[in-house]
Amino acid sequence: MASGGPLTAEGYIQHHLTNLVYGQFNEGHARAQASCQEHCVAVGDWGFAQTAEEASQMGFMAINVDTMGWSLVLGLIFLFIFGRAAKQATTGVPSGLLNFVETIVDFIDDLVRSTFQHSGNALVAPMALTIFVWVFFMNLMDLIPVDWIPFVAEHYLHIPFMKVVPSTDPNITLGMAFGVFMLIVYYSILKKGAWGFFSELAFHPFPKWMFPVNLILEGVNLIAKPVSLGLRLFGNLYAGEMIFILIALMYGGLVMSVAGGVLQLAWALFHVLVITLQAFIFMVLSVVYLNQAHDVMEEH
Amino acid sequence: MSITLTLIGQSIAFFVFVWICMKAIWPPITEAMAARQKQIADGLAAAERASLDLELAQKRATDELKDAKAEAAALVEEARQRAAQMVDEAKEDARAEGAKLLEAARADIEREVNRARETLRKDVAVLAVAGAEKVLGQAVDAGAHAALLDDLAKQL
Repeated sequence: MASGGPLTAEGYIQHHLTNLVYGQFNEGHARAQASCQEHCVAVGDWGFAQTAEEASQMGFMAINVDTMGWSLVLGLIFLFIFGRAAKQATTGVPSGLLNFVETIVDFIDDLVRSTFQHSGNALVAPMALTIFVWVFFMNLMDLIPVDWIPFVAEHYLHIPFMKVVPSTDPNITLGMAFGVFMLIVYYSILKKGAWGFFSELAFHPFPKWMFPVNLILEGVNLIAKPVSLGLRLFGNLYAGEMIFILIALMYGGLVMSVAGGVLQLAWALFHVLVITLQAFIFMVLSVVYLNQAHDVMEEH
Repeated sequence: MSITLTLIGQSIAFFVFVWICMKAIWPPITEAMAARQKQIADGLAAAERASLDLELAQKRATDELKDAKAEAAALVEEARQRAAQMVDEAKEDARAEGAKLLEAARADIEREVNRARETLRKDVAVLAVAGAEKVLGQAVDAGAHAALLDDLAKQL
């Protein structure tokens, strides 16, 4: 629903897939060039991109304010809910909120206990809880009808773009996966030592003299962990979001509107499974990877 | 949809949230849960113990009741025996007393008889003297015939 110009299906989809980007303008931007007529900026200035093209031209030096913001908001909601429960936590009879939170905590605790074989790590279980609830909240944004928040943002707050599902932004999912990856590397080095970690990568699975091959194989293996972790979540949620957008395109005539409503309901119900499952998978794989990082291999 | 600073921002947010969760959220909740679990386990164990105690106490009470009954029965039996014995003793005493009384009575009678016999004997002697005096018409010298009279009295 970009303001100005006839609304085409392509434009509608494009608009929904564009982030609100705050970034640095470089020489490539039309508004930063000498021929600029209005809303001009200088090269090196920071500002909001007004079009998808501008956003993509900004390159790395940009922040997706919408997805990043929603991600933070959802993370804070998680901290708020669970923090309140933590404050209420007593050994007496638990009440509503505490009951709910304890159910989740117990579920995560059991799972981590059965998946993570090494004792004495106080980080893994809270990390799993954070990942599960946070990713679930981010995915949950997908169930809000696709136009609600962008419509309000555009018409009442004059924000041109608004992507509300953080997990449909690869930056967000890969960012979390990168965080997990850093933990993997940190604990690998902590448990095995730098040399132990390196030898695990270099002297395996082939004999030592083939270490370049080993290094490539194991390096790919290592890098594949965060990449697959982030892209899996992104891919699933992006596809789900895309289908919601396509269903939203159907609203028009009476028959198509009814069909679209039925489809949206069906897809939303199915999507409830998907978002929970993806949050769960992200969490379990993170725990499994950290478990592997703690495994000290025997010398061959 | 390019990779931007957002990725780094999200990574930082990830660490911050995980850290907060690790410091402020996870420990109090899990500790409270563990403590409650322990409380419940203790409570159940106490209940178990109490029911065991109750069972033991009931058993002991039953035993004691049984003992008391047995003791009471023994006491009653003893009392009955004692009573029977007392009755027997009383009977025995009565019998002995009766025998003694009988004996005494018999002795009394004997004595009375003897005394009567003595009296009679004396009377017979006097009568015999008086009869003889009547027959002989004169006084009989009691001294002179004492041997005769005694002999007579002895024959009575």
